[in-house]
Amino acid sequence: MIMRATGLLACLCTGSPALAGKIFVSNEKGNDITVLDSESFEVIATFPGGQRPRGITASPDGKWLYVCASDDNLVRVFSTDTYEEQPTLPSGPDPELFVLHPSGNPLYIANEDDNIVTVVDVETRTVLAEVPVGVEPEGMGVSPDGRIVVNTSETTNMAHFIDTETFEIVQNVLVDQRPRFAQFTDDGATLLVSSEIGGTVSVIDPASGQIEKKITFEVPGVLPEALQPVGVRVTADGSKAYVALGPANRVAVVDGATWEVTDYLLVGQRVWQLAFSPDQKYLFTTNGNSNDISIIDVASDEVIRSVQVGEQPWGVVAVE
Amino acid sequence: MRFLHAALVAALVMPCAALAQVEIRMAVLRVDEPGRPPASRLDLPPEDLGFAGARLGTSDNATTGQFMGQSFVTDEVTATHETAAGKMQEIVASGVRLVVTLADEETTLALADAAGDEVLVFNARARGDALRGEDCRANLLHTAPSRAMVTDALAQFLMWKRWDDWFLIEGSHPADRALADAYRRAATKFGARIVEERTFEDTGGARATDSGLVQIQARMPTFTQRAAQHDVVVAADETGIFAAYLPYHTWEARPVAGSAGLSPLSWHPAMEMWGGMQFQSRFEKLAQRPSREEDYQVWLAMRAVGEAATRTQSAEMAVLRDYMLGDEFQLGGFKGQPLTWRDWDGQLRQPILLASGDIVTSVSPQSEYLHQVSQLDTLGIDRPETACQIERQ
Repeated sequence: MIMRATGLLACLCTGSPALAGKIFVSNEKGNDITVLDSESFEVIATFPGGQRPRGITASPDGKWLYVCASDDNLVRVFSTDTYEEQPTLPSGPDPELFVLHPSGNPLYIANEDDNIVTVVDVETRTVLAEVPVGVEPEGMGVSPDGRIVVNTSETTNMAHFIDTETFEIVQNVLVDQRPRFAQFTDDGATLLVSSEIGGTVSVIDPASGQIEKKITFEVPGVLPEALQPVGVRVTADGSKAYVALGPANRVAVVDGATWEVTDYLLVGQRVWQLAFSPDQKYLFTTNGNSNDISIIDVASDEVIRSVQVGEQPWGVVAVE
Repeated sequence: MRFLHAALVAALVMPCAALAQVEIRMAVLRVDEPGRPPASRLDLPPEDLGFAGARLGTSDNATTGQFMGQSFVTDEVTATHETAAGKMQEIVASGVRLVVTLADEETTLALADAAGDEVLVFNARARGDALRGEDCRANLLHTAPSRAMVTDALAQFLMWKRWDDWFLIEGSHPADRALADAYRRAATKFGARIVEERTFEDTGGARATDSGLVQIQARMPTFTQRAAQHDVVVAADETGIFAAYLPYHTWEARPVAGSAGLSPLSWHPAMEMWGGMQFQSRFEKLAQRPSREEDYQVWLAMRAVGEAATRTQSAEMAVLRDYMLGDEFQLGGFKGQPLTWRDWDGQLRQPILLASGDIVTSVSPQSEYLHQVSQLDTLGIDRPETACQIERQ
């Protein structure tokens, strides 16, 4: 709130265009971050993101951007306003994906090479804990109340539920091959875990650890092996979920009540990660093999635009 | 560091303390073959060949097992051709029912028979098509790809390149001839023409000699001259005698594929796609060397057992075998799609990498080759053509 006021003031002083949100895209191959205006969808800046930037997220106040610079073995931090780099955070080796506690601190990072989840205090920039998990930890999700962090391990094929106070695993749920992403619904009542090689999304009751349903995908003319679910997002009202299907070049629209697929939207090539605009009017997809993002209108489920970004876009986050 | 890790694991396991510990024991039996070393010293077999893959597989299984109340132990045994069957009997007598073998075709068959019906054997080295065909055994599964699979994989790529006139050069050893037969089959299957065939006789002698290159440089061009017009030279040299000398030395300026040049492989240490980098990192940390095909093929066998044990919560061979051969089994192997077993011949379906030197440049099946069941069945012997007669229970 205060930030917005300051921003407006800055606008008045410098005569720059009206304040809009920003979309940040990490370009894995290009080693940079593309910044787009969230209303015009124009590229307004590009800045270096370190070696092999993948996972990307922002602080709840929208001030700081966190980027997993995988080949640098650290998390880079940038100002979302000036893009100026801040002191880096330790991450453990080869960080790929992470999730920020809803309060903005700490950051939970999956370290693929070491079978651990590293917990980092973003203010003191120290490692609070290393939690041993299954083989090849990847996906990270946090419950809306911040009490549970879920990590998925790609070769162990589990979702590990980690207590954020004790850093102990309290529950393991076996899912299909190569679980890539974990996403809670905003009411915390459901956890979705995508399995890239298994080709399913498990709908899990976090309280019981039971898999209530497995969402499967089928697109005429697309090889079943190419239907590889990766990124998952759910609308705030829980009415719809979106699942990125990797080399199938489609995003599945899933009914949040029945967990049945209602539509497939054609996007760019090898679609991996997804992010909503802060007002949830739009969904942005990173299309790694076509070097662009697709913009989906959430109300109509139509792909309204694609915008060229850097080389091999991987992750995306939008800030107000 | 090690102590710290142990402490963390102990803390982690506590919530699961109620789980009873079940031990799953396996063995890896490697039959070392005497014979001439490979042409390049870079290809000399490391002492822990295959065993390093077993250690990684056991470690991966154990990491998963700690959440399931399962522990994994793997015995490593070496033998010669003469002692192999006896070693297998010792392994079985010690109570192990899941054995991975690294042996040639003939020895693998003898080992499967020596193991008996109560033991499941995973062949992680022998490529022979007969092992999957007329000589198939109900207790024998294959994580090593067959010759038919690797030759089909290369043939698909060559046809995609529209290099359909082949100059086939085969070695004089039985394994080379079998590989050449597989290339002939692949050519027929995918519509290539073998316009010229020659055999490179292995006349014995040392692997390499000082100033030996002088003769090679004179010999290879003359050996390949006056061949019918061809697009590509395909080398069938499983023994590793001559193919490595072909690139840049052929009479005509033609690319070389097969046993040199662009080679079809189950695994390559430069493979990074589909999470492959994580396998390489874990393997290199453990073994202090790059991974080889044998290591990957043993790892696949260990992980197939681990995956079945995780899903079935069992350590019983029959339960694990039935699950592995059933419809629900899927194995992640860093190849972009689930790997499964062919129920007609016990072969693990898998994409084949095409590597040229230090880099993986393509993966077969090529996307243009479709199949009514699984695109992976465009590689190797498909159900209607199998010579395997066993009835699996």
